[in-house]
Amino acid sequence: MTLFYGTELASRLMLGTAQYPSPEILADAVRRAGAGVVTVSLRREAAGARAGQAFWELIRGLDVPVLPNTAGCHTVREAVTTAQMAREVFGTDWIKLEVIGESDTLQPDMFALVEAARILTEDGFKVFPYMTEDLVGAERLLRAGCEVLMPWGAPIGSGKGLNNLFGLRALRAHFPDVPMVVDAGIGVPSHAAQAMELGYDAVLINTAVAKAGDPAEMARAFAMAVEAGRMAYIADPMEERDMAVPSTPVIGQAVL
Amino acid sequence: MQITVNGKRHDVQATTLSALLDEMGYDATARIATAVDGCFVAASQRPALALHAGAQVEILAPMQGG
Repeated sequence: MTLFYGTELASRLMLGTAQYPSPEILADAVRRAGAGVVTVSLRREAAGARAGQAFWELIRGLDVPVLPNTAGCHTVREAVTTAQMAREVFGTDWIKLEVIGESDTLQPDMFALVEAARILTEDGFKVFPYMTEDLVGAERLLRAGCEVLMPWGAPIGSGKGLNNLFGLRALRAHFPDVPMVVDAGIGVPSHAAQAMELGYDAVLINTAVAKAGDPAEMARAFAMAVEAGRMAYIADPMEERDMAVPSTPVIGQAVL
Repeated sequence: MQITVNGKRHDVQATTLSALLDEMGYDATARIATAVDGCFVAASQRPALALHAGAQVEILAPMQGG
């Protein structure tokens, strides 16, 4: 059982809600994924516009815990203010903390992330920090009060899968008891299965589902991959070898 | 007084944040969050939040996110 700030999720698949062809397809994808969490955001809304309210009604109807993000924030101050606004609007102290440091890769600014995480934790937030797979950064985030870590697999929306397997393995091995989620960069279900096989506790997917030809079907495929990967991790996979080892016994083999 | 709301300049009569939301036509039950000059203003603090000329107001609502 994995607890995220004391809460056990119904599924280890976390699903983003952006970029779907329609609200109906989004709702269908969330249901087919059996998502344990859905991520949401905040944007400017003019008086009289109802898009935000309609979206909120849709999300509430799905009855899945929400994880608001601070997407698009580049400074500590922006991220902290956005988190405070999200807490009021969504009624949760969970926050997926993003502080972007570089526009081409949307790479997290680990220095600003640690500072924002410290401020928010002191303010009672339960912070899910979107981070690089940096061991020292992870240590600082834990010291700042984070009880969950969310390393990237690859740049957001790239679909490249797990870009640094060694780094993700090392991070998992260094902090075996910290709930960890691979967030961003996952493109196909096999990437998600791979993250789970490494021992990650969950994955967060958005673009790979939303931009699939059939998002709902892809959501189901991801759910199956996450479950398979988790089962494989628990079943303790064999060790990889460089040389062949015959699987059929050689003792008693005929000499012909 | 001139203030900026969600990046656009407006000439408004309102002197408090809650009055501004009324003046601009935001529904009282709307699920929105507010910030002034980069600082969060909780819904309960809006009636007491005095606006000043040049204030930067942000009014945000739920939306899709990853």
